[in-house]
Amino acid sequence: MKSETLSQNLDQEAIEVFIDSLAHFYRQIGVDEAQIGVPYLLDSNKTIISDFTGIIGVSGKRKGCVYYTCPKAMLSYILLAMGEKEVSSSYLCDLVGEIANTIAGNARKAFGSDFMISVPVVVQGKPERIQLPESTRSVVIPAKWKFYESIIVVALE
Amino acid sequence: MKRMMIVDDSTVIRRRIERTHGLDNYVVVGSASDGLQAVEVARQRTPDLITIDLTMPNMDGIDAIPILAEVCPGARILVVSALADKATAIRALSRGAHGFLCKPFTDDELRDALHELVSD
Repeated sequence: MKSETLSQNLDQEAIEVFIDSLAHFYRQIGVDEAQIGVPYLLDSNKTIISDFTGIIGVSGKRKGCVYYTCPKAMLSYILLAMGEKEVSSSYLCDLVGEIANTIAGNARKAFGSDFMISVPVVVQGKPERIQLPESTRSVVIPAKWKFYESIIVVALE
Repeated sequence: MKRMMIVDDSTVIRRRIERTHGLDNYVVVGSASDGLQAVEVARQRTPDLITIDLTMPNMDGIDAIPILAEVCPGARILVVSALADKATAIRALSRGAHGFLCKPFTDDELRDALHELVSD
């Protein structure tokens, strides 16, 4: 069986766009110690979900979705790093949606305005399902902070 | 004292903008979480300065900007958005915005963008 590569599922430039976008986000909010890991392909029919997830639908030239999922401890730290004093589930849900929106929105610098993004859908805990495109496998971009790992999943046709 | 209004569907971002250091000459007179609400608040509070996101439910920033410019003709409008492509920035400016700041932003970047806008 022929093994699949990342670039068969999402071109290298697109992967780099999301890596840069994620790294830029952590730098700008002062969470410099978050380390972007090596991207990998997600097994078909699988999803990776952490405590809080922000999902952005993508339409236009590219179709599919981008989602950001993060453990509560890491998301709480990001919220505090942004100067917020109050850490509540409501603010964590708000923040995870905002991060997903920011990373997907920043990708338009490379993809152009035909890369159309939805307002975020936010889920706390495990969603029933996330609709991913069937014709392509998702690319996972991890970012580690201390013992925790947030993830961007890019599933684009 | 400049009267400022903050429009963003994220509460975290609205609060972040509000507590940005070095904005002593600004008082927040209103906030809104979408374009429709922004138009109502702007009518009542007549801000001098409006920060507005673009991707919002109900009415997005691109549609709200010309209405806000009509409702508050003297107000300066700063777009604060994650949509980082040039075409979107040009579109927002052509519809009546005066400046564009890309998310994620630092306190310094926001403060500089606001100061630049009001000193034009």
